[in-house]
Amino acid sequence: MGKTRDHLGRPVVAVTGMGVVSSLGQGVDDNWAALTAGKSGIHRITRFPTDHMRTTIAGTVDFLFPDEVRSPVLSERLARLAAEEAVSESGIGAPGDFPGMLFMAVPPVEIEWPARRDFFAGTEAATGDAYDRMIQSVLQLNDPDTYEFALYGCVADRIADHFGTRGAPIGLSTACASGASAIQLGVEAIRRGDTEAALVIGTDGSVRIEGLVRFSLLSALSTNNEDPEKASRPFSKDRDGFVMAEGAGALVLEDYDAARARGAKILGIVRGIAEKADDFHRTRSTPDGKPVIAAIRQALEDGGAAIEDVDHVNAHGTGTPENDKMEAMSLEAVFGERIKSLPISSNKSMIGHTLTAAGAIEAVFSLKTILSGVVPPTINYETPDPSIPLDVVPNVARNAPVSMVLSNSFGFGGQNACLLIAAEPA
Amino acid sequence: MSAAANDVLVTGIGLISSLGEGLDAHWQALAVDGASPTAPETEKFKPFPVFPMVPLELDRQIPRRADQRQMETWQRLGTYTAGLALADAGLAGDLERLARMDMVVAAGGGERDLAVDGQILEGLETAADPASFLNEHLANDLRPTLFLAQLSNLLAGNISIVHKVTGSSRTFMGEEIAGVSAVEVAARRIAAGQGDLFLVGAAYNAERKDMLLSLAMGRTLWQGAPKTVWQRGSGGEGGMITGSAGAFLVLESRAHAEARGRAAYAKLTGVLSGRSRRRPGEAAAVASRQFDELSRHFGGFTPAVLSGANGIAATTAEERALWEDLAADERVAGIRATQTLIGNAIEADFPIRVALAALAIGRRGFYLPTDDTGIERPAETPSKILATSWGFWRGEGMALVEAAG
Repeated sequence: MGKTRDHLGRPVVAVTGMGVVSSLGQGVDDNWAALTAGKSGIHRITRFPTDHMRTTIAGTVDFLFPDEVRSPVLSERLARLAAEEAVSESGIGAPGDFPGMLFMAVPPVEIEWPARRDFFAGTEAATGDAYDRMIQSVLQLNDPDTYEFALYGCVADRIADHFGTRGAPIGLSTACASGASAIQLGVEAIRRGDTEAALVIGTDGSVRIEGLVRFSLLSALSTNNEDPEKASRPFSKDRDGFVMAEGAGALVLEDYDAARARGAKILGIVRGIAEKADDFHRTRSTPDGKPVIAAIRQALEDGGAAIEDVDHVNAHGTGTPENDKMEAMSLEAVFGERIKSLPISSNKSMIGHTLTAAGAIEAVFSLKTILSGVVPPTINYETPDPSIPLDVVPNVARNAPVSMVLSNSFGFGGQNACLLIAAEPA
Repeated sequence: MSAAANDVLVTGIGLISSLGEGLDAHWQALAVDGASPTAPETEKFKPFPVFPMVPLELDRQIPRRADQRQMETWQRLGTYTAGLALADAGLAGDLERLARMDMVVAAGGGERDLAVDGQILEGLETAADPASFLNEHLANDLRPTLFLAQLSNLLAGNISIVHKVTGSSRTFMGEEIAGVSAVEVAARRIAAGQGDLFLVGAAYNAERKDMLLSLAMGRTLWQGAPKTVWQRGSGGEGGMITGSAGAFLVLESRAHAEARGRAAYAKLTGVLSGRSRRRPGEAAAVASRQFDELSRHFGGFTPAVLSGANGIAATTAEERALWEDLAADERVAGIRATQTLIGNAIEADFPIRVALAALAIGRRGFYLPTDDTGIERPAETPSKILATSWGFWRGEGMALVEAAG
């Protein structure tokens, strides 16, 4: 363990590698080029028929598999590609031998409709109800892949196998805050000295018919189907919901001194982490924003930063009427007058809401913002919402030096997670 | 044994299963009677037996009916058990402490609507356009709030809403090892000063065919009349019997517990998670390393073992051989496989066993043998207990529990 310590005497956590896959493409460079060009990855869903659906658009990743595959299969592939890019950039360890722990946000799994139909087909009504019949059918089945991909631990375990990470992998879900939670767990482990390196991943390849129906029934999704690229409208007055999307983000976190000692390039620092649960409602936030405000303040405190130190906010910015209003109000409460001159972007205007992966993908984009000095835009911002007086970097990227980003992630179940991501200390 | 301010103490336990509700019911069944008051359910889920949950008065821990309606059984069991743990630790209604209490929950997913699934599957057989039929019926037949009763992190979400636990909230997934990691991460954070008050645990509803379907795919389940873990694991493929259960622990730094004047059941001296690819001998090798690492805390005492053996033949035989070898060298004494009477509660499996270990330490007693194949022998009251969990698929965990001092 090295000697560099943060303001609370803890090891400093550096980022030495990152990778991303989204509907905009594979790899950080392609994604960043598209993102800063204000390009949207949202399109009509072609993976499955959308008859009877109120929403027929999404930011699916369709370039990896020609046909529909099980969600965990896609989630695993997305994670692997993003992590391969991150590990390769960091230069840590050797192929299949990552010298650290794995923290991984994965979507909840279950048997999906194509498999359910296969199990049911050819069974006899006399043997019981539909589930009795399927159980009889699968008892004759010998298909380890189908079995293993229906387990909650499978995707993280396969990634652990592939990269040779140390110990039992931690697979987690905090809904739409999952990617940020994975980063937090990695940061905590390095600060504790449990590990000098951590591979942290958020992945989501779960846009399937039932998932679409589920979010649709909660009235969470945009129904702006006519022009998919214009559907996701965070912070606009005419925003009407989020757009489901897929992707993965991965980061290699390392003890700063250990990274320096091996000559790694430091891409940035995870300065502060915070989380504050909300007890108000299963899908809605406390109306006064108190838990979100507390999470933002805790992140600043944890990172030893003042509000003046933050020069960009990578917003949760889903484009639902309620989230954006609550997020704006909470930012105003914390940053006061400064909020008017603080550029705020929602990456989700272009890549949609990548759900479990969002916190990790957006952490990667936060780091790119710092490294490049270009703030990505919030696109589809044509009708400002007078109740949201934020500088949302409308429609066009902006050149601006950025040394510290606040990245917000909020999720169903009262999950509020904030990351403070900063440039390498001079 | 020295007491340190950052020792990890168990100061509250919530426990429900087929053995009953609460610590007294579990003590009675496991330490006094050596038998369950509840017969295993052998009809409803044929060919699989399951251990059913005892009836609960949900209102006692989930007072608002509106909250109960928003949950499926798994979430109700967990929210109920979390309430028991908080009450046991003297924290129920202590809003100031609950607001900074951190939570780590291990969870799978919630119940599907089996009737809707069945209707759709039958309709698909004769539908002219199956894909369109599926879409139409999912859109019209699923209850809008069902999704929230299924989402893995919504057990934690419901605990926040009902019991006001609102520090950080994390949900780990991955069957048994998620339960191990949940306890481990909370303990490591307390030891490192990254928090001083945690609610950790899980719940599992075994009485559901959607989950049995997933487990049946791997041929992991025992069929027919229940037998003890060691009997099931002694020939053929063996198999596990799942059980409905909930287990939550309040973990607290010694300094925090002392400051509020709370006695502890026990100290959680070490928690280790591990993994292997489960080629023959690999799981035992992981457990053997974990034993060696924890053995430096034995201080001349011989620990008893609450084994997580589940009855699946390959791993049960492996774990049995490990403990029998150590017992022959007098390095462990008193081996008990608690799944014989409780079943495998998957994510809750390890928290249950840590809870039972803490209970035995706290009551200065131990559990009776429930198997006659030779491994579970009468034992003296142990001063240290090892609790293990071996996943039915993967993941190996071990904890050392001892007197709080």
